[in-house]
Amino acid sequence: MTQFLPAFVLLPLCAFLLCLLVPRGKEKLLSSVVMAAGGLQFLLALAFTLFWWSEGRPVYNVKSLVLYASPDFEFFLDFYFDKVTAVFALTGAALTFLVAVFSRYYMHREPGFKRYFCTIILFFTGYNFVVFSGNLETLFVGWEMLGITSFLLIAFYRDRHLPVRNGFKVLSFYRLSDVCLILAMWMSHHLWHKNITYAQWNETAAVQGLLQNEYLPLLFVSLMMVIAAMLKSAQMPFFTWLPRAMEGPTTSSAIFYGSLSVHIGVFLLLRTYPLWESDTVVKTLVLLTGALTALVAGGITRVQATVKTQIAYASVAQIGLMFIEVALGFHLLALFHFAGNAFLRTYQLLVSPSVLSYKIHNMFFSFSPSPDKHRSGSFNRLRTQWYLLSLKEWNLDHLLHRHFWFPFKWAGKQLNYLFSQWSILVYLFLMLVSLVGYFFRKDLADHWTEMMPLLTLAVSLILLLMAFAGRAEAQRMWLLVVISQVFTAMALIWNSHIELHRLAMYLSGTFTGAVVGLFCLYKITEKEGQVNLHNYHGYAAYHPHYAFFFLLSCLALVGFPLTPTFVGIDLMFMSVSAGQPFHLAGVALNFLLLELTLLRIYCRVFLGQDKKHIHPVAYKSS
Amino acid sequence: MKEAESGKKSVYTGPDTADESLAGKTGSDSATAHFDLKELLHAIRYYLPAQSALKDFIHHNSLHAFQHMPFYQAIFKAAGVFGYRVTLQLREYRSLFANGRIREDILDRILNDRKGEAGVQRWKHYLLAKPYESYAPPLIGRLRAHWKDEFHIDLDALVHPLLFRLLSAYLDQGISSWKFPHAEGGFLASLYQLERSGPVSLFKTARVRKLFLSEAVEPERLLQEIVGDERYFSQYLYDQQFSHQGWSGFVASVEEKPEALLDRRKITLGELIVFELYLELDALEFTFGKNRLPLCARVGENPLPLFADHPLTELNEVLSMWQDAFEWSYYDEVLAGIRGGAGQQRNTVERKIFQAVFCIDERECSLRRHLEQVAPACETLGAPGFFGVEFYFQPLNGKFYEKLCPAPVTPKYLIKEYGAAAPRKHELLYADHTHRLWTGWLSSLTLGFFAGIKSFQQLFAPKMSPAISNAYAHMNGTASLSIENTDPEHRENGLQIGFTVEEMSQRVEAQLRGMGLIRDFAPIVYIIAHGSSSANNPHHGAHDCGACSGRPGSVNARVFAFMANHAGVRAILKGKGLHIPEETQFVGGLHDTAADELAFFDEDLLSISNRDLHAGAIKDFEKALDLNARERSRRFASVNTRAGIKKVRRAIRERSVSLFEPRPELGHGTNTLCIVGRRELSKHVFLDRRAFLNSYDYRTDPEGRLLPNIMRPLGPVCGGINLEYYFSRVDNYKIGAGTKLPHNVVGLFAVANSSDGDLRPGLPLQMIEVHDPMRLLIIVEHDPEVVLKTIQSSPEMYEWYINEWVHLVAVHPETRQFFRFSRGHFRSYEPLCAEVPAVRDVQAMLESAREMKTNRIEDATKENLPVMILNG
Repeated sequence: MTQFLPAFVLLPLCAFLLCLLVPRGKEKLLSSVVMAAGGLQFLLALAFTLFWWSEGRPVYNVKSLVLYASPDFEFFLDFYFDKVTAVFALTGAALTFLVAVFSRYYMHREPGFKRYFCTIILFFTGYNFVVFSGNLETLFVGWEMLGITSFLLIAFYRDRHLPVRNGFKVLSFYRLSDVCLILAMWMSHHLWHKNITYAQWNETAAVQGLLQNEYLPLLFVSLMMVIAAMLKSAQMPFFTWLPRAMEGPTTSSAIFYGSLSVHIGVFLLLRTYPLWESDTVVKTLVLLTGALTALVAGGITRVQATVKTQIAYASVAQIGLMFIEVALGFHLLALFHFAGNAFLRTYQLLVSPSVLSYKIHNMFFSFSPSPDKHRSGSFNRLRTQWYLLSLKEWNLDHLLHRHFWFPFKWAGKQLNYLFSQWSILVYLFLMLVSLVGYFFRKDLADHWTEMMPLLTLAVSLILLLMAFAGRAEAQRMWLLVVISQVFTAMALIWNSHIELHRLAMYLSGTFTGAVVGLFCLYKITEKEGQVNLHNYHGYAAYHPHYAFFFLLSCLALVGFPLTPTFVGIDLMFMSVSAGQPFHLAGVALNFLLLELTLLRIYCRVFLGQDKKHIHPVAYKSS
Repeated sequence: MKEAESGKKSVYTGPDTADESLAGKTGSDSATAHFDLKELLHAIRYYLPAQSALKDFIHHNSLHAFQHMPFYQAIFKAAGVFGYRVTLQLREYRSLFANGRIREDILDRILNDRKGEAGVQRWKHYLLAKPYESYAPPLIGRLRAHWKDEFHIDLDALVHPLLFRLLSAYLDQGISSWKFPHAEGGFLASLYQLERSGPVSLFKTARVRKLFLSEAVEPERLLQEIVGDERYFSQYLYDQQFSHQGWSGFVASVEEKPEALLDRRKITLGELIVFELYLELDALEFTFGKNRLPLCARVGENPLPLFADHPLTELNEVLSMWQDAFEWSYYDEVLAGIRGGAGQQRNTVERKIFQAVFCIDERECSLRRHLEQVAPACETLGAPGFFGVEFYFQPLNGKFYEKLCPAPVTPKYLIKEYGAAAPRKHELLYADHTHRLWTGWLSSLTLGFFAGIKSFQQLFAPKMSPAISNAYAHMNGTASLSIENTDPEHRENGLQIGFTVEEMSQRVEAQLRGMGLIRDFAPIVYIIAHGSSSANNPHHGAHDCGACSGRPGSVNARVFAFMANHAGVRAILKGKGLHIPEETQFVGGLHDTAADELAFFDEDLLSISNRDLHAGAIKDFEKALDLNARERSRRFASVNTRAGIKKVRRAIRERSVSLFEPRPELGHGTNTLCIVGRRELSKHVFLDRRAFLNSYDYRTDPEGRLLPNIMRPLGPVCGGINLEYYFSRVDNYKIGAGTKLPHNVVGLFAVANSSDGDLRPGLPLQMIEVHDPMRLLIIVEHDPEVVLKTIQSSPEMYEWYINEWVHLVAVHPETRQFFRFSRGHFRSYEPLCAEVPAVRDVQAMLESAREMKTNRIEDATKENLPVMILNG
């Protein structure tokens, strides 16, 4: 029976592939595929859970597909089943089915009907990868899928300005959580010297032993996990993305931000609990985060004057409580709380348009004007201050932008001033130098060979930063990114731990992506003239196919699961040893900025308002 | 029927003066003119969208500010200033021509009329083949664009989120559980209080905070700091306010009509502007610090005259001819159809079994057709759905009054419900406590699972719930109403409770004479109002009866029936020569246009003999409703039209309470015609639910004395509906509300697309996709001279016709000749269409009609069936 576990990701994956094949106009067929996948998944999960229950609720762990193997390292997918999996899988399948049925007529004749259903089912695939995962690698596969599909659904109305802008904003938060997760993976590889499964974590010895000897690395792993959870579950201080994510059709907001996606942080905490169970630092952090979020988001909920943001913040506050429950060890309670909250918020979001007639009707019969109270005194002033802070979301959105993202943008801008158009030649020359140097590395002084990886990495980051903030032609920015990736690869060669075939694996995806992406941009330029990144151009309206393939090539470059680059990225990280903090920082920054830079190009070239005004254009503020 | 507001201009000094002042204000020659904020506010307000709170959805001409100009000049001017799309696109017209929807003979005739024989060939080439650059960047927003282009700062992104948040929190009617502190004093006053309460500030810079707290800063000074040059002030404020016209329009409408909000708020457009200027200054200070320059430091060009008149361009003319051809291709068939039936002998029934008066709403057009088919011995009539009785209504336990008459009318009467209240249930899942921390925690663990079950139930077995707006919940059918007034001193808040017998008889007489119903009364006369139940639909008010200010008309139907049955009233009427037979009884009813359900009121008052007749009539109504439901179902993807008729009916009923259905009904979509005349004029023509039908009998009013009263509301009411659909259809992104799927309810008064978006007035995509954007054609059955005299009887009415915001055709009673009104005269019109096809089996034809392939106009228009003669 346990061999059956991979089916829970294969089923939605197959449904996704099937959806891709269905022609655009076939609304009934598309929705039926997604409904059937959701429904069938629910029934199978139910049957499996019953079987598992009858077996006395053991923990299942199945090692599945090995993607890559070398003597010292193995990369494999692993599946796992316990009560946490059961609750998340059943709730997820039930809600997906529900939303699919709801959307069948709700989305009728909406442009992007197919896009919507494909994205929903891909999201569901990712969700199941996460909840059925047995090791961090498998979890990461799903984690990335959730990030990208979230972005695609927030920016679903891609011809308007705000959805695209907010979609990108949410993506930047999600990417941060990806970075945290991959850092945790990196450290755990070095801690256990293998691709560890949850089942092995649960053997308390594995963790307890480390607590004595390698406390700091273990703390690092736990902290990264907790921060990843905080980001994905919109906890203090990261919650400002959640209300801004309510840009897609109500149904997608319901399933993503009302229920499934936003609770993934709770799942991660439950999964990693054995790691930090006896660590007071992490536990205190989780408790504090939960409590603070509950308090602050609770206040923000009360001042929301729009129905969707109100539900979003109410949900965030409840998730804060779930964090507390998990930290205190009330896991069953947390699971019930999750399921109840997910159903409640989904329902509330789905019926949110009704609130107008319902509440106005109620008001008509029960309204009593609040008497003019001219309250004063310091307590009331404090209350007013709290009100104002809540209304401004404690300024967190602004602060995070100013103190985290702005420095990157600023640096990129300065670099762009520094280097001119001819710089590409300089980079090519540098690359040549680096390559030549590599072949004659034996003749070089030792401190040179030690410095080279960092130097190359620095060049790669400079290039990436330039592209990240660049406003010039899209093709040039694209080339900058590609060259920066070559430098990254070179840095890893210099770092000497990596074998060439690992590199080939990484570069194969990158190369294909780079070429396809460049081709798409070339074609767009040929048809539409130079495309700069100063504005949004909205060319998806004219060239949907190029937009699609360009998106695919972006994903190939960033190492989206299902592309060969994906394994490569993991390998890349593994080649950085535990004693190389600067290398690690460089690779992590590269990982963070790469996806954002590429998708920024995608957004600006293909999404946003139609600049040619052949299709109707909405106001920028709408 | 939806009522429309006569536009804002009646409130202000008038379009001409406003417009001239604008042209002068923003003109380049205004350099010497002194900037006058008050005057400017007045002008800006006039151009903003005029949509009030969604609970009172009143249809109106979206471009009401331009109504004093001829249609094409007006719309192309609006397009030039605001960037609206005001017609279909050139390529759309061309494909409509290619697929035959625009007829070539009509096009030729229009070209000939407009350009003379010599110009036909040349212009035809322009229309069919000449390429045009169709996009011209609008004038609005150009000045403010310098922030982005010259200063590289996105001021909108820095200012709008906080501004919208504050506005929605301040105006909120009941979503947030924590009310805006100190909201009593007005918008700015409460912001001062907020800012004073402590160190947390609305602003990012200390200087602007200090400036704000000094309270004495003139807006002109802020403008001086931001813009720098007085010549540009007014253009700048136009740009600023039209960068979020939804919010500005709403604020202006609350300022004008504070009663639109149940929980009243004091706010003015001036306050909004002042505060926005502070926010802008703050953002600029924060970004540029000491290096901050005013906008004009980097503006090269002179201020733009925003509202200057320009002659129509060649493309404008091409588009206007296409639009005329599109419209007349349809009108021509309609007129041919009306004529085609003239020869047909209709056997008129001597003794009618019952008469049924419906609202003139075009959604009742099909129900009347089916009823006449099911029960050939009945007669149907149409009149505006408040049935001539205007009053405020207070349901039992209601804290407010509801106006139940057209929006521009201010009633002096109040009708109260007593005895039994409409049942009111609560929905736990909406309660505020689910959003609190601890109660929310409890609700998640308990209600959460209930919500799961409930959502499955709603998906697979939808049924009425408290969350759904129910047309029948407006009034309890068994409750008593205070209709008759015996003591004029009986008043409440300045309103007389009920009508005296004299007042009742006046209203009944006017109503009956207007419809021409003065003899041949059947034993039962039904007065059928309408309303609409819909789920998950913030725009539900737009589906209800707007002659009752966007509410169901059930109370009006009951009130009218009571009056007409009143012995005292009948005695007075008899004295005036209007004899209603003793045995004739009036019965009120309500038709739910979404669910296709019909309920009657006060049936127990029927006499014994009428009870049997009523039982028979109910069967006829039910059959007609079945057929009506099936006819409507052809447009709905979720219903299989060919399933058994009862199944279809059930599916339609379920659809009206389905949360997942964004098109509970299609509202006024496809409305194009308004026929004022006897039923015989159009009874034989299949008009596919596209005609407002107003009963009027020229024989009872040969001199047209009653006609002005009948025609006065047609422009603002039917024309307003028609134009709102027209503009929302041609530019659903800017004038319409866009697709409703991402809509987020703001403060219980409007919708926006997301947390940070502007409000979206207008109609959503799901309401307009079936609509062919054509102006209304009003067809009046009377002597053209009488009609001309009628429309010229008041300037407001004449404006609609002389400026061609609606079309008008008179049918001469004797000669049956058509006369088209154009440029101040009636001219004879001969349909080009020789004859329209006849259809023998309407039901089969309706069953076989196909749903549109896409909602692009070329495909969507095919869903609208052609005009046909009903045969058999």
